[in-house]
Amino acid sequence: MLGKLTLEAIPYHEPIIMITLAAVGLIGLGLVGALTYFGKWRWLWTEWLTSVDHKRIGIMYIIVAMVMLLRGFADAIMMRLQLALASGGSDGFLPPHHYDQIFTAHGVIMIFFMAMPFMVGLMNIIVPLQIGARDVAFPFLNNLSFWLFVVGVALINISLGVGEFAQTGWLAYPPLSGHQYSPGVGVDYWIWSLQISGLGTLLSGVNFFVTIMKMRAPGMKLMKMPVFTWTALCSNILIIIAFPILTVTIALLTLDRYLGTHFFTNDLGGNQMMYVNLIWAWGHPEVYILILPAFGIFSEVVATFCKKKLFGYTSLVWATAVITILSFIVWLHHFFTMGAGANVNAFFGIATMIISIPTGVKIFNWLFTMYRGRIEFSTPILWTIGFLFTFTLGGMTGVLMSVPAADFVLHNSLFLIAHFHNTIIGGVVFGYLAGFNYWFPKAMGFKLNEKLGKAAFWFWITGFFFAFVPLYLLGFMGMTRRVSQNIDPEYHNLLLVAVFGAGLIFIGILCQLLQLAVSIKDRAKNRDLTGDPWGGRTLEWATSSPPPFYNFATTPQVKELDAFWEMKEDKSAYVQPKSYQEIHMPKNTSAGIFIGLFSLIMGFALIWYIWWMAIAGFVGVIATWIVHSFKDDVDYYVPVDVITQTENAHFAQLKQAGVQHVG
Amino acid sequence: MLLSGCDMALMDPKGAVGLEQRSLILTATGLMLIVVIPVFIMTVWFAWRYRAANKQATYAPKWAHSNKIELVVWTVPCIIILVLGYITWQTSHSLDPHKPLTSDKPALQIDVVAMDWKWLFIYPEQGIATVNEIAIPVDVPVHFRVTSSTVMNSFFIPRLGSQVYAMAGMNNDLHLIANEAGTYKGIAANYSGHGFSGMKFATHAVSDTDFAAWVDKVKQAPMGLDSAQYAELMKPSQNVPVTYFSSAKPGLYEEIIQTFMGEMPMHEHKAMPATMADGEAMEGMHDHAMHADTSGTGE
Repeated sequence: MLGKLTLEAIPYHEPIIMITLAAVGLIGLGLVGALTYFGKWRWLWTEWLTSVDHKRIGIMYIIVAMVMLLRGFADAIMMRLQLALASGGSDGFLPPHHYDQIFTAHGVIMIFFMAMPFMVGLMNIIVPLQIGARDVAFPFLNNLSFWLFVVGVALINISLGVGEFAQTGWLAYPPLSGHQYSPGVGVDYWIWSLQISGLGTLLSGVNFFVTIMKMRAPGMKLMKMPVFTWTALCSNILIIIAFPILTVTIALLTLDRYLGTHFFTNDLGGNQMMYVNLIWAWGHPEVYILILPAFGIFSEVVATFCKKKLFGYTSLVWATAVITILSFIVWLHHFFTMGAGANVNAFFGIATMIISIPTGVKIFNWLFTMYRGRIEFSTPILWTIGFLFTFTLGGMTGVLMSVPAADFVLHNSLFLIAHFHNTIIGGVVFGYLAGFNYWFPKAMGFKLNEKLGKAAFWFWITGFFFAFVPLYLLGFMGMTRRVSQNIDPEYHNLLLVAVFGAGLIFIGILCQLLQLAVSIKDRAKNRDLTGDPWGGRTLEWATSSPPPFYNFATTPQVKELDAFWEMKEDKSAYVQPKSYQEIHMPKNTSAGIFIGLFSLIMGFALIWYIWWMAIAGFVGVIATWIVHSFKDDVDYYVPVDVITQTENAHFAQLKQAGVQHVG
Repeated sequence: MLLSGCDMALMDPKGAVGLEQRSLILTATGLMLIVVIPVFIMTVWFAWRYRAANKQATYAPKWAHSNKIELVVWTVPCIIILVLGYITWQTSHSLDPHKPLTSDKPALQIDVVAMDWKWLFIYPEQGIATVNEIAIPVDVPVHFRVTSSTVMNSFFIPRLGSQVYAMAGMNNDLHLIANEAGTYKGIAANYSGHGFSGMKFATHAVSDTDFAAWVDKVKQAPMGLDSAQYAELMKPSQNVPVTYFSSAKPGLYEEIIQTFMGEMPMHEHKAMPATMADGEAMEGMHDHAMHADTSGTGE
């Protein structure tokens, strides 16, 4: 009846897990209690969970991303402590069974359930605003993407309390991840959480690609698009091309595990090297999916806070396009040590280092935007300047590892760990946090506390160097990744330094949370009445903060790059039209959340071999889809008087804030 | 201070391959610093010089293009990558792990099998085998043939240079040499499951006479490595102590690779659909079938 699921699946003998579960349970109860006490259930349902508004969906993505950042970081702290203990002569507190789940979960969570949703969230909030659109091309699909992503998050968190997670490393190389060597449910949790959330990501990719191609404001030619939109476009192209590879690769592994096929097994013609090739054919573009939007954010931030046009827009766009293409022909550099011939290795090595050319050009573009600017050191630009240091360092170590003969000794070592954290924290996370501070007032209507934002930055970046420079050195000392027991004592001191660094990052994260709390408390004081708190250059700043649900009462006309800046220059930015026309908008729908719920049931059932329940879940998904597609009542028109009222209030606010040339 | 405290294996290699890799790492880093150092300096300099408070600095809000700068920022990295690309091409060939080392001495062959969770070493010429320890004569090139009897792993002796993956059903070649006597750590460098951390082995680089003595010592071991012993080794075990085998079944290494190429035994055919129907109950049987299969082929 319940497949493999028994009470034994609950790890009640593991105190760390049980305490965590108890804490999560208490927080959950607290939330439920608060929602009930304040009577907010209906509000939550109609305004948020069923919303098709890209801004709301974006905010929900980022909330989940931040929660998962905390979980992924808790994993990181546990790993750091275990390594420090295990190199100091003790057994530590994490046996391999537990430690191996933690490093797998850490990687999966940080990439799929922290970085990806953070990126999709920022894209959701900003891209339609930047191109002067009222929503994304497929608003319902956008809501569905979010819920499919939440299913992935739910599954990976359920694995904490019911059963186990994969003990394979975040990419689950077979044959280790095959049924023979990992017979438990851990890898199945990995499979279904990635497969279902990956589908959501692919739908998002299609959605944003169409949105950017088809829904730009009149006059916004491709070469007049803001850089963030450009990078989002390239990132979504990568998603559309790369994610199907992931889907197929995981599907083949699923067949191996569930039906006993032999795609990747050791025997009967299975080929593990095929898996490694396929997973990296997705995996390498994936890191560019993450970093390109961060590049876009830095471009916006640097121009805004240097009070200056972005240097070399055209070359920046071309550099982005070149990176997009090159990212597909370098995957083999993840496994030079597999034994390919010298010509093959050299080809992929050189292709990889060529990427450093357009990336280097970007760095210089940002530097020359600072040159002869008037730099205001607010939080977003601090992250940007910090990034210039960390990413340049990370880029250098990356190019070093792209030389196959050097990679033969650096591969899989802590040098590699240091390198990719260097680019992913120092590039991706710094970028998203810059974007978070930069666009927060736009999304929420009030600014974040600057003092705490800056404190967070300084703790993060100092902690970053303390945490990862030791890992570079440990790599040179010959320490490999994923060891957890009986570690050579000669690594102990540097591992202690790394713990200290992780502690500093922890304080940085606390500052971030405190920043959020304090800013919400002081929101009345920090209100952004103008919609343009930083002196912005692009269209998202042309509307109020937070924008009305329809974004723009009248579609903006774009003449130049930095459209909003130009409007402010020719004093047309704040001219209120004489009259408005009604606006066509999509209606909220609960189909997304129901499809998500049924997918969750299906995924959970497949993991535990509860076949009847899997079928029920699948039927539920399809039935909801069919019912939804027969619904005609999916849109409505916003009446003119509602628009007029909203806009009058906005213009009154502009006048109250003392904005020039309002009329 | 910290730097002086750590003994960096890759910066203090003990063999010709490792030495070349060290100089490659240093050269490549040096080349990249040509760009990296100016970037660091410019970042600090521009950030300080063009801070909003400094009204003396030139302010050019509309200046956004310069052919000269574009030329420099595209050309200089291109030239550096051209040079680095050339070095990459050269060293990918000269340091190809598959390429035999040039030496007037014939290479010593050692067959390496990654197991759950220990390293099995077979010396086909000496007819001996060991677990978790090897000895090699100094200044003699060593030809490692590397495979796995289980999941993927990576065979790595940091002080000597390159690592290669160990994969079941496949042979990977690795040529290394020790030019200095000493004991060097060997590790598993690709996560392979719960016993991974304990997959360490010692590499003793010794003189020719000491090597002969070591071989003799191994030959004194009470047991040899036959199919039964190998089946015993196939059982997963952790933190396995050094073990010597006075003899090794000839052709064992090829057999281990061949294990994965064979036909599927009939009982496993039947096991498959049952695995789908009731995974829990079948786990034990499935594993059992696999082990039986392996040792069966070995006989």
